[in-house]
Amino acid sequence: MNAPLNSVARAPVAARNNAARRARMLRAALPAVSLVVLLATIFIMQPRAMSYMGLNLMLNLAVPIALATIAQMLIISVNDLDLSMGSFISFVACVAVTLLDQHPFLGWLALAGCVGVYAVLGALIHSRNLPSIVVTLGMSFIWVGGAILLLPSPGGTAPQWLQALVRIKPPLIPLAIIVCIVLGLAMHFFLMRSTVGVVLRGAGGNPLAIAKAGWSLLRIKVAMYAMAGGFGVLSGLFLVGLTTSADANVALRYTLLSIAGVILGGGEFVGGRVSPMGAVLGALTLVLAGSLLSFIRISPDWQIGAQGAILIFVLALRAAVNRMEVRPL
Amino acid sequence: MNANGPVRVAFAGAGKSFGAVRALSDVDLSVRAGECLGLIGHNGAGKSTLMQVLAGTLAADCGQLLIEGRDLRQGYSVQVARQHGIRCVFQELSLCPNLNVAENTRLMSPALRGFGWRRRAGELIEAMLEQIFPGHGIEADDIVADLSIGKRQMVEIARAFINVDERLDLIILDEPTSSLDARVAEQLLRHVRRFAEGGGSIVLISHILGEMLGTCDRIAVMRDGRIVETRAARDFTHDSLVEVMGGTAREQQQATEDFASRREQGSPRVEQRPARQADGRTVQAFAGEIVGLSGLAGHGQSQLLTQVLRDCVKHGSGASFVAGDRQTDGVFALWSIAENITIGSLNQLKRGLLLNPDAEQAMADDWMKRMSIRTPDMSNPILSLSGGNQQKALFARALASDSQIILMDDPMRGVDVGTKREVYSILMEEAARGRTFIWYTTELEELTYCDHVYVFRDGQAVLDMPRSELSEERILRSSFAEETP
Repeated sequence: MNAPLNSVARAPVAARNNAARRARMLRAALPAVSLVVLLATIFIMQPRAMSYMGLNLMLNLAVPIALATIAQMLIISVNDLDLSMGSFISFVACVAVTLLDQHPFLGWLALAGCVGVYAVLGALIHSRNLPSIVVTLGMSFIWVGGAILLLPSPGGTAPQWLQALVRIKPPLIPLAIIVCIVLGLAMHFFLMRSTVGVVLRGAGGNPLAIAKAGWSLLRIKVAMYAMAGGFGVLSGLFLVGLTTSADANVALRYTLLSIAGVILGGGEFVGGRVSPMGAVLGALTLVLAGSLLSFIRISPDWQIGAQGAILIFVLALRAAVNRMEVRPL
Repeated sequence: MNANGPVRVAFAGAGKSFGAVRALSDVDLSVRAGECLGLIGHNGAGKSTLMQVLAGTLAADCGQLLIEGRDLRQGYSVQVARQHGIRCVFQELSLCPNLNVAENTRLMSPALRGFGWRRRAGELIEAMLEQIFPGHGIEADDIVADLSIGKRQMVEIARAFINVDERLDLIILDEPTSSLDARVAEQLLRHVRRFAEGGGSIVLISHILGEMLGTCDRIAVMRDGRIVETRAARDFTHDSLVEVMGGTAREQQQATEDFASRREQGSPRVEQRPARQADGRTVQAFAGEIVGLSGLAGHGQSQLLTQVLRDCVKHGSGASFVAGDRQTDGVFALWSIAENITIGSLNQLKRGLLLNPDAEQAMADDWMKRMSIRTPDMSNPILSLSGGNQQKALFARALASDSQIILMDDPMRGVDVGTKREVYSILMEEAARGRTFIWYTTELEELTYCDHVYVFRDGQAVLDMPRSELSEERILRSSFAEETP
């Protein structure tokens, strides 16, 4: 009597779980699919892009953006938002072309200090219960001010070793692609597969539950912000390695690009739902969308608008996928 | 049943206050090894607070918390509780919805680490689910957000029983069956008995009397932050439990004398069937009536208010809502007191297309006097007021509007007695002028101000009492289900 009743009751549940699972898979696949479609279009438009040289040219500037996106993703996964990311990276770039080049020891000290400032910000935001948007918006002015003090006019030189490092040409696969893959995989294993990552993401999903389970939310926030600062520093260093000189506004647009990258990669602003692989793919998509528009000869006047249109299109697709996720009662 | 094991945990004279409210006073309670102790009482009796103290999420202000004979109150925390094998399944769900079942298991078992932890966590939780809830249909890699509320509760319970290289002596289950269906609840209670017979201790909080009587060895009854009675479960009956919980009928007759029903003529101003009502019963409210909604918290009273509000808005008849949860759906935290009051009546304050600042000021000052809101200046920010005065401002917002229907969602939560008295008298005054109030309250005394009281259970209105028949005992009897429905 019991057995058939059970199986009848369970069938629709299983179906619903499967539907939810399929929607989730689709959602996870979306960033990759949009990148592949974009790449394919570029290759059809411009077959010469399908070479070591072409890929290198197109994707070089993607690495600092991918690093900035990962930094932003760490902040977003604890339900905060960093509006100072771009100005912070500009500041790091200015440190790299001045202090780091002339007084390496002082330079490294300054960069370590930057990470420390991020850790302190995390502690401040948590312990005073401040809105991260306001704090980081305030910090963005401080970073830009600091950058202008260090480098009043565009110029400076990136350290030689740094320039050499980002110009390494590994055989077969361009450096940019290798860095992106390593970055995505490493962060995936750290945040999605390790036990530490589970706690960190849990703090975004249900902070109260994490606190009740005996973990310290303060330490989690500090760790996340410090790591974000660390990736911001890496992004700035990689950027000046490529550009060889800097100015105080060199990376300002990274703030919005990094946020767009996280969201494009399947992340959500709240709830600890993020995806490191998706974030890297999202950053690449953003960069390639710019290249595509140049290839199809859209006049620069329209490029930013067109880039926005691509963004809206991908996000609309995601909204459609989200609607497929059956909400439980 | 084994009720003679050694005392594992004991409270001696424990107390806890939140501001001026004493949530616990002078609690003496012990839990023995191998017993299931029931804890029962009306909303706000202090059960959950007491259990939070035991679980380490709240600290007691005074008294002793003895674990195996040692007082550990100073410096007690969640970690200390866990080291002594004490765990809690909280009433509000504490799973992370963005993680899967195995990952949520890991959050509670720090010993699961190293390579392959995910697989081991998955195996553990699936095995435990299978043991407690055979035929559960949950998989370890299901994301919690995709599970129904009942399944989440099952995961949460199973997670508490998992033990990896740790002590596990006592588990607190705070209303574990509230979102489980009868068959699954039965499975859980059987497991609770097995756990106790194996030497573990359980503290069970539930509002279902049959469950408590059938599962627990001893039952402690709480009222107003105190333990008022502790007896072996077999010495209790449904009736004696209800009686101990509610106390004897207190001076409630005095209000019934001047009761005159307003329902003889006319049609109800509000008539609403609760969404989950199985029979044709409706909740009615007539002009000039104060209608009370009672029963245990979260049994559909707030939903009914929302239903009524939605209908009123749809028909353009207008209704005002006084929120109980001030911070989330009451005050505009960054606005002034005056702005917080006038927002409900902007249409009356217009001059042409724009707002008339003089009229706004006049309205704010008028209500400051009528509600005696204690502030030097109505243009001060609303958060400069004490909680009670903020609540008065919310009442003023509703009363200043021209709506004839006023809905109140347990608005006196955390308001001091003096303020309450003042507000009650204004409510009576306004009702006498023909306004209709629908008032959800968790405080039984407030029901004496109501003309009619509807008692809710499981989303349905199960009892309709005019004031002349009001009795605390009947309310308690109908809010505590005798059996699972």
